[in-house]
Amino acid sequence: MKQKFDIIESTCVPLPLENVDTDQIIPARFLKATTRDEKFFGDNLFRDWRYAADGTPKADFVLNDPRYGGCILVAGKNFGSGSSREHAAWAIAGYGFRVVISSFFADIHKNNELNNFVLPVVVSEAFLQELFESIAADPAMKVRVDVPGQTVTNLATGRSERFEINGYKKYCLTHALDDIDYLLEQKDKIEAFERARA
Amino acid sequence: MNTLFDKIWDAHVVSLIEDGPTQLYIDRLYCHEVTSPQAFDGLRGRGIKCLRPQQIFCMPDHNTPTHDQDKPIEDPVSKAQVDALARNAAEFGLTHYGMMSPDNGIIHVVGPEKGLSLPGMTIVCGDSHTSTHGAMGAVAFGIGTSEVEMVLASQCILQQKPKSMSIRIEGTPGPGVTAKDIALYLMMKLTTSGATGYFVEYRGSAVRALSMEGRLTLCNLSIEMGARGGFVAPDETTFAYLKGREYAPKGEAWDKAVAYWRTLRSGEDAVFDRELVFDAADIRPMITYGTNPGMGMPVDGTIPTDAAPKALAYMDFKAGQQLLGHPVDYVFLGACTNGRIEDFRAFASLVKGRRKAENVTAWLVPGSWAVKRQIEEEGLDRVLAQAGFEVRQPGCSACLAMNDDKIPAGKYAVSTSNRNFEGRQGPGSRTLLASPLTAAAAAVTGVVTDPRTLL
Repeated sequence: MKQKFDIIESTCVPLPLENVDTDQIIPARFLKATTRDEKFFGDNLFRDWRYAADGTPKADFVLNDPRYGGCILVAGKNFGSGSSREHAAWAIAGYGFRVVISSFFADIHKNNELNNFVLPVVVSEAFLQELFESIAADPAMKVRVDVPGQTVTNLATGRSERFEINGYKKYCLTHALDDIDYLLEQKDKIEAFERARA
Repeated sequence: MNTLFDKIWDAHVVSLIEDGPTQLYIDRLYCHEVTSPQAFDGLRGRGIKCLRPQQIFCMPDHNTPTHDQDKPIEDPVSKAQVDALARNAAEFGLTHYGMMSPDNGIIHVVGPEKGLSLPGMTIVCGDSHTSTHGAMGAVAFGIGTSEVEMVLASQCILQQKPKSMSIRIEGTPGPGVTAKDIALYLMMKLTTSGATGYFVEYRGSAVRALSMEGRLTLCNLSIEMGARGGFVAPDETTFAYLKGREYAPKGEAWDKAVAYWRTLRSGEDAVFDRELVFDAADIRPMITYGTNPGMGMPVDGTIPTDAAPKALAYMDFKAGQQLLGHPVDYVFLGACTNGRIEDFRAFASLVKGRRKAENVTAWLVPGSWAVKRQIEEEGLDRVLAQAGFEVRQPGCSACLAMNDDKIPAGKYAVSTSNRNFEGRQGPGSRTLLASPLTAAAAAVTGVVTDPRTLL
């Protein structure tokens, strides 16, 4: 959903696993929907880790642990690998996350998050591990993500890092504009390109 | 600098956004039923049409059952998604190869075999295995649904230019080693994130020696190393494969195209951001033991002692364990990875004169109707039938559990598909990725078997 980004301060949901693939974020059987119903996808986020086959919540999974909440998901490196399914980003957005922090994202999923106004924040492995420790020590601790300033801060330790986002994307996120809005204004350039190579 | 990737990419740059991505022109967009409906909804919401409908081709593959395709799909939700693609294609004026059309099949099998995917093109689809088309000498990569909408609307996409990687494989692989084994070996070496951020050019004598089918398999699996795409520079093998195909240029246009395609190679002075070299002689038939495609080993090897405990718990394996002799419940031959004619020839050559093991359920699923027709023309269906195997109707089948072909919880499947993630082939399913030869060896023995012992 298009929404403007500024400064976000929130508690975190920790998922200290590496190589979380998009099949785990949203299993294929939930890809049959033909609409972009974020609530449906959000309800099934991490479905098979979150619920038993009969639908009972698995108590040991972090989304079912009442100590953790907030709009920031913190995940181990290589988050979102595998399938290109944008449904994974819809599920993350639909659950209510606005930021995902990891030390490494898979390419396609990273774009999918950005295109759905979920911000992937790449931090160093050291920052990530310290953040996992801070959350484990105090689930109520908060992280501040300053999009205009491009910094992420662990408010428990005060450790802060700059994160990368290109100027164009930052403008889009802070003004709630998407790439299609941009491309639709480029028709003349596209036609000129086609003529030039014909 | 001066890599083939640079040449193709740079030839498609419409504009560069300052401190931002590149606006890249797309020659070919493929749409399947799973990742496109919301993109078409987006166009309707904005009240716009497709800019270049003649460059867009649609076909259902993920939900299609692999039997009785002449009857309506039983699962109403699958049927709704397949029907939506047909409706959207008609509304927006796009070519659509529906179920039971003689042109239908898995999008990544159909594109090359119809000559729709050509050297020098940019090709995208809402599917990570779009990297497959790189085998034709194209820059092909998977995209999300929002990006599908961008291309439907503008025939362009906004992307950061990836870095370039050269993977050179020199020498001759040993017996029983296929393109699939080469790819599984690369994933074992690089892990599933080793090539993230890169576009890979596969080079070297072992790559040149691969058939088009082998190159399609190799490029298909680029994404499993994290690479956005991978490709092979076009050569005589490519031209021979393409000549006469439905959408390939004809007559004078063909000669002109081939002359251009011959220029599509990395310069002698090309500089890649990363270069890797492997010796084909080091590669043995491979199998995976874990829950991502990088967790692989030689089929006659042992599970690494440092293997991820969570993966081993899911698979019910132990570190240090051998897989040879481990019982197998299902065998799946097919998918965009290994659903082509050469894969069926390999499978048939190994099971010929043998019998399917009693304990194994085998699903042999051609990647397209064209592959199925060729199987019949070559008499492979009779060889397979004599060994107790049935050839089904085309589709993605057991690769990802969106149709009827699902592996039950706890069961072991030796599968020629591309992913062994938890639940990928059905909730609780346990996948061992392997080549068509290794799958055939398991199918006739009922256990994990080194195919070299049966060649």
